Amino acid sequence: MTLRTRILVLVCALVVLAGVATASVLHASARAERRNQARPGGPRITAGPVSLTDSRRLVFRNMAWGPHRDELTSVAASDPSGPRTAARVKCLRFYAASGTGVCLQAVHGAMRDTYRAVILDAGLRVRARYEVPGIPSRARVSPSGRYAAWTAFVGGDSYAGTNFSTRAAIVDTRTGRLTPSLEEYRVVKDGRTYHAADVNFWGVTFAADDRTFYATMATHGTTHLVRGDLTARTVTTLRANVECPSLSPDGTRIAFKKRVKGLPKDAPWHLYVLDLRTGRETPLAEPRSVDDQVVWRDDRTLVYALPGDYGADLWTLPADGTGAPRRVSTAAVSPAYVR
Amino acid sequence: MYLADSRAGAPEAAAASAESAAPPRAGRRLAAVAPTVLALGTVSLITDVSSEMVTAVLPLYLVAGLGLSPLGFGLLDGVYNGFSALVRLVGGHLADRGGGRHKWVAGAGYALSAACKPLLLVARTLTPIGLVLAADRTGKGLRTAPRDALISLSSTPETRGRAFGVHRAMDTAGALLGPLAAFLILRATVDGYDAVFMVSFCVAVVGVLVLVLFVPGGPAARAPRTTTDGTTTPAAPTASTTPAAPRPTLRVALALLRRPELRGIALCALLLGLATVSDSFMFLLLQHRLGVPDRWFALLPVGTAGAFLLLAVPLGRLADRAGRWRVFLAGHGALLLAYALMLTSWHGTALPFAVLFLHGGFYAATDGVLMAAASDSVPAELRSSGLALVQTGQALARFVCSLGFGAAWTAWGDRTALTGSAVALALCALFALSLRPARRTPPEGTV
Repeated sequence: MTLRTRILVLVCALVVLAGVATASVLHASARAERRNQARPGGPRITAGPVSLTDSRRLVFRNMAWGPHRDELTSVAASDPSGPRTAARVKCLRFYAASGTGVCLQAVHGAMRDTYRAVILDAGLRVRARYEVPGIPSRARVSPSGRYAAWTAFVGGDSYAGTNFSTRAAIVDTRTGRLTPSLEEYRVVKDGRTYHAADVNFWGVTFAADDRTFYATMATHGTTHLVRGDLTARTVTTLRANVECPSLSPDGTRIAFKKRVKGLPKDAPWHLYVLDLRTGRETPLAEPRSVDDQVVWRDDRTLVYALPGDYGADLWTLPADGTGAPRRVSTAAVSPAYVR
Repeated sequence: MYLADSRAGAPEAAAASAESAAPPRAGRRLAAVAPTVLALGTVSLITDVSSEMVTAVLPLYLVAGLGLSPLGFGLLDGVYNGFSALVRLVGGHLADRGGGRHKWVAGAGYALSAACKPLLLVARTLTPIGLVLAADRTGKGLRTAPRDALISLSSTPETRGRAFGVHRAMDTAGALLGPLAAFLILRATVDGYDAVFMVSFCVAVVGVLVLVLFVPGGPAARAPRTTTDGTTTPAAPTASTTPAAPRPTLRVALALLRRPELRGIALCALLLGLATVSDSFMFLLLQHRLGVPDRWFALLPVGTAGAFLLLAVPLGRLADRAGRWRVFLAGHGALLLAYALMLTSWHGTALPFAVLFLHGGFYAATDGVLMAAASDSVPAELRSSGLALVQTGQALARFVCSLGFGAAWTAWGDRTALTGSAVALALCALFALSLRPARRTPPEGTV
């Protein structure tokens, strides 16, 4: 092949490939238009006021296509698949309790996205904003509404490799005092202060006393359930292989995802409930791997998200190991029963 | 700053790739870098744009797009990395067998990685995604050693440092442009991950095409320059021009380690690698010790890459003039200085910049320079295997160092761990320094 031929081949290929690349970008940007059109058969959504104090409502991030995609919506708690009311607030993750909401948002920048945590009042007005150092995943508010916590994945940059670490932050919404990473707390493991470079925290859940919380701590390839103390600023390990704990409203049990042997490495989790007094674990009747921090609807019922056609669907399950999972709502994630 | 620089580099690179098709260096100045090197640099630049586009959006895609948690993937990552090190040895060996298959083994690696990009569109759970990324990394492992062998074989011993410097600078420019391209696409679309993967695929195909069209392959392509590569040991005759030469077996490839010069280099790379704190730890240390704010954390790798890009060519040239081994050791001196800066109690705003600059300088003075130095002590027909041996040894040593550093941080805190690394690095450097006279025998070590 002469130089001319080679250059000609390259130029022709460049034209074709540039065409394909442009077409795929145009296709993806046109899809944005389509996603703003509601799908037939999808849930009925209308804009309207959403309150974080209306105890008959369930609030979540709506993922159904249409003009209210990714907005916070509320539905009747008694009929989660019924008509939705959407507020003009977009969140990636969300949680609320006692009139306080935490909404983890993406801020689209020119070079890259950044993320922030927004504290909302009962009328979804912004009370405070905090930087989040990576892609947000878990969000929680204490039952009293005073404390909020969130987890972010940090890393994944080219030169840092594809290893991820997590940062869990807790903020006192009354004083504004922020703990950007639980790694600042003293870790007590097996009765002794524990130091490790590879400690990661995620999935905070609060008790009603506004002092105790539970979370996941990972170190040396093992995950631990830890009990935290907001006053003493300590976390104490309780037991191994507990991820994304969620404390029941009565404070006696913890629902969590547990890594089970023999499952595929990427989908290794089954749901369990741990009785904090007896230490007994009860496997739940969900055969699929769940990667979510479950929510207690009441002391007997759990709600959690599983991947679905439009991102995620909400499922429900009895907390005592009986029954079978039931889908309660499609195209929804990050549910919160506002109490 | 680095963006302006890489943009300035791109047209030049494109022109160079076309130029490389011309018969190599008829009347060229000795000082210029061989067209093959520029062509390979262009391939790397394009391929890195493609692969870093995916790397940059992958966590976002997993969490925001698919609703998965990327932690599981992070756990698998170590396995893939070990696997990639082994594939590198295989790629190196395959390229040497049959003399002159470097281009095609490297091309297979580039093509495999390219083919993985559209597969990401189909894979929607972690296992398939993990498999696709493993295949992608296999491609990377396959191509690295043959590519570096081609660079060394197509440049004269006197200009090898510069050749590797040019290649690494182009490579890094691609790595910096990739994330930018990805985020421009995400801006132009809504949830346009599929568009990112598709564009990444198209870009990767261009990279493969440039390799196929403009990188000379076969023994003929590398013959004119390799014969000047008279290494000291006559164990393997310079048979690169004779197709009938016996195929290097695995045993012969492993016997390379019996050569004192290569063994010396491999040993030093290994020892120094054992004292080289991994990038992730380096950035964590910066954040911990110098209090870099969270929102800047993601930009720390950009700082290192920027310095690498700026310094790769000048330090490569310096390596040719002042001696590769000297520059290689000086690079570790820069790393030692970076450690020392992080250990001081003085916290100026300039300090993180200085540390990142030194860190990038460390890569610029060692990454390509080590390959140039190792090239001097491996005969042409075993070049690819020899370079793969050194690279794999270094990678494994760094992995061990990461484990040890994590454990030391756990046991004694970051300050002590860093002090330990600094002392270990100083000792290894001293040992490497003492080895130097023994392996200064190759006549072309300095000009």
